[in-house]
Amino acid sequence: MSDETKPGLEFAGHEFARASLDACVKCTICETQCPVAAVTPLFSGPKFVGPQAERYRNGDSVDHSLDYCSSCGTCTLVCPQGVQIAELNSQARAVMKADHMPLRDRLIGQTTLMGTMMTPVAPIARAALHNKPIRTIMEKVVGVHRDAPMPPPQGQTFASWWAKRPKPATAATRGTLVFFHGCAGGYFEVETSKKSVEVLEHLGYEVIVPKQGCCGLAQQSNGLFEQASASVLKLCDDLRAAGKDLTIISSSGSCTGMLKHEAHEIMGVDDERLKDVGTRIRDIMEFLLDLHEAGELPTDFATIEMTVPYHAPCQLKSQGMGMPAVEVLGLIPGLTVVESGAVCCGIAGTYGLKKEKYEIAQAVGKPLFEMVKKTNPNLALCDTETCRWQIEQSSGVKTEHPIWMVHRAYGLS
Amino acid sequence: MRKLAVDVVVIGGGSTGAGVVRDVAMRGYSTVLLERADLGQGTTGRFHGLLHSGGRYVVSDPLSATECAQENAILSRIQSEAIETTGGYFVTGPDDDPAFADKFLEGAKATGVPAREISVAEALRNEPRLNPRILRAIEVQDGSVDGWQLVWGAANSAKAYGAEILTYHSVTKIDTADGKVTAVHCTDLKNGEDVVIECGFVLNCAGPWAGQIAAMAGAHPVDVIPGRGIMVAMNHRLVNRVVNRCIYPADGDILVPVHTVSIIGTTDVKVDDPDNLAIEPKEVQQMLDAGEVLIPGFRQSRALHAWAGARPLIKDNRVAAADTRHMSRGMAVIDHTTRDGLDGMLTIGGGKLTTYRLMAEHIVDAMCEKLGEKRSCRTADEAIPGSESGKNYLVTHRLEDREHDRLDDQIICECELMSRKMFTDALATQPKGTFDDLRRQLRLGMGPCQGGFCSMRATGIALESDHIDIERATGLLRLFLKNRWIGLWPILYGDQVRQTALDNWIFQGTLDVEHLPQPESEVAL
Repeated sequence: MSDETKPGLEFAGHEFARASLDACVKCTICETQCPVAAVTPLFSGPKFVGPQAERYRNGDSVDHSLDYCSSCGTCTLVCPQGVQIAELNSQARAVMKADHMPLRDRLIGQTTLMGTMMTPVAPIARAALHNKPIRTIMEKVVGVHRDAPMPPPQGQTFASWWAKRPKPATAATRGTLVFFHGCAGGYFEVETSKKSVEVLEHLGYEVIVPKQGCCGLAQQSNGLFEQASASVLKLCDDLRAAGKDLTIISSSGSCTGMLKHEAHEIMGVDDERLKDVGTRIRDIMEFLLDLHEAGELPTDFATIEMTVPYHAPCQLKSQGMGMPAVEVLGLIPGLTVVESGAVCCGIAGTYGLKKEKYEIAQAVGKPLFEMVKKTNPNLALCDTETCRWQIEQSSGVKTEHPIWMVHRAYGLS
Repeated sequence: MRKLAVDVVVIGGGSTGAGVVRDVAMRGYSTVLLERADLGQGTTGRFHGLLHSGGRYVVSDPLSATECAQENAILSRIQSEAIETTGGYFVTGPDDDPAFADKFLEGAKATGVPAREISVAEALRNEPRLNPRILRAIEVQDGSVDGWQLVWGAANSAKAYGAEILTYHSVTKIDTADGKVTAVHCTDLKNGEDVVIECGFVLNCAGPWAGQIAAMAGAHPVDVIPGRGIMVAMNHRLVNRVVNRCIYPADGDILVPVHTVSIIGTTDVKVDDPDNLAIEPKEVQQMLDAGEVLIPGFRQSRALHAWAGARPLIKDNRVAAADTRHMSRGMAVIDHTTRDGLDGMLTIGGGKLTTYRLMAEHIVDAMCEKLGEKRSCRTADEAIPGSESGKNYLVTHRLEDREHDRLDDQIICECELMSRKMFTDALATQPKGTFDDLRRQLRLGMGPCQGGFCSMRATGIALESDHIDIERATGLLRLFLKNRWIGLWPILYGDQVRQTALDNWIFQGTLDVEHLPQPESEVAL
């Protein structure tokens, strides 16, 4: 085990997720809800890999098949006894991979790096990512499946748009918010970030966008705990620098989850900076719903006559806030939002990109892809980036963040 | 009636008897072992699972300490499959006398028990749940041992040397003629058949029941004073090394990681009847308090099961008869020739699991001397079947095994990762066995659900195997659940209550276990 992975792994070896296994009564509810176990026998299921197998681990993870867990977190969400099943699995995986972390898993955790490299050469990158021979080589050399969805390279980053755009003409009336765009929202999902700040400004807020790094989620889900812990704390410093006690808003659902609970519960990051940021951050749809419930959200929405499928991503559900997008979009006249009812789209961050997991991820998402196509062949809505890419790639239906719809209904686009 | 004739009858299927029958067989005698229940069902299967380093006795009982250290090394080698070389710590608790550790280190040196003081920081690094307020820590070579595998290993080795192992054979009478033992009568409890075994010698290894056996041969009363000890198993390994309090031996001062659980124990109370061992609520509380000293938060951890065992201590005039804790843990061979004028029988008492092989060597040496024969003991030199590789057991083994066969076989007991094949193989070798007999070899139903999910699966598979009919299947299931309950109710608090409630709904509500087809009388064996 290299020194760089040690502290997080020591935590993984013996901290409170392990103690929570005492609460397991073997009811098997987690296994009935696990989207991966439902489509492949290769994964033994969350109860097996989590509270059961953990009793056999003594600093060693001999059950390599636990890597088939996609870390979607559904098991922890549905457990009626409070067992931290997904956390146990993620910790055991980190211990297991510590000695032989594949190059691919190191690479795909480097989301910032990917963005910085692709943005200046966006047209070339876009072409390369759609080029079969290149993707075949990529699959063979790096282990990223040739048909897996890839981030859409953009010609301009959010930060550069933000710096160059004309400032709002009217003064803010509602106070100041900090915007956290995340790596994907900075490099690939630039439009979502733009629309998010435009909606917030439309509502009368002053928006601050501090220089910001990566939350480390992709590293964490690939078992690189030490690097991920450093990334998340660095990000906390970035966001705290924008101002004390300000509410932080994000339209990057999974990165929000990392800050709210995953960094602490999975890697044991126990730091005042994380607690501060984790309690101040709000998902943008959650924030809009809070405003609405306080009677502070203008509902002068234009009518949008449309039926649109909506999929709530796993990492949004894990935040324990229900489905705020469904409630907010319900305020738009004419708009019918159909909740997918699907557990998971299959991608689970970087899981569905890996060549050995690609087929599984496709099988997991199949019911969702079918539902989306049937509900509206032209548009679907989903809160997190990689899930949108997965749905769009596999169903052929354009998939947007729900904030796009709000943006449109306010007449901003 | 069935008749047999052998050189030596060994009575008692605990560790001592199994060790003795192996030794007798390896020295070339024909032999039969008689056990009234299953192997290792008495004292052997009801203790900590601690393979002593000797550390426990370096101050209080130096001879035992040296014997333990030597036997620990031998057993870890010849029965590697049954033993996990976990290592152990002796730690001085926050309120314990730190000076005892000096006496300990001195004693360890004098008795040849490997021991080394380490920093408290190192101990906490290796065992993070340990009480951070401990004052000193000494590292020793404690291990953990599966008592049932140890006994079955010895028995299988004996069988390979021609011995016959008769379980569920209860001794009813011992014949003597002209001041010499001539035959042992017993009943096969499974079919009621009487068996008479003519023999030249009887080795009484019945542990806490040795007095009852000696009396059958007409010997003067042998004062075996059963010392009752209780143990509580916790849901997972709170420590990965044995942790002992570094104090003069007392109650609840050892925590042992055995397989997937950790076991806290024990108490020591004199009892009259080794067949009637209560698990007193106040003793359970005492164990939980003692656990709290070693591992803060121990009481919040999930307890799975409690049990009681009886130590076979031979009365020693040096201490009061009520103080069983401080009677010699050393072994004693009773010579009935000089004591009772009875030839052809020896009784052994005292000792401990760790020294079972040495006890066997002593009593068989004594027998050879009486028979005027020179046959030397080889039990320390030869690995028993299954342990030839010399690779010690690791807690990760079953998880690794299932990793290999999980796509080809079903898992019947999920907590203890017992596959269907493991169960059907064991059933084939013991078609008349109860589920508890199979449990002792497979750990069926010994995990968190305590049989809630696996016992009905096992019942269905057993019925399908054609070894039993539907009535016996129900009877076996109910017997198994009844026996699990004995160890469950004394620790019903916290997480295990929810499990028990769920299990109860499954059995009463879904399966209606009270009204399944069942035999006219309850199945007892």
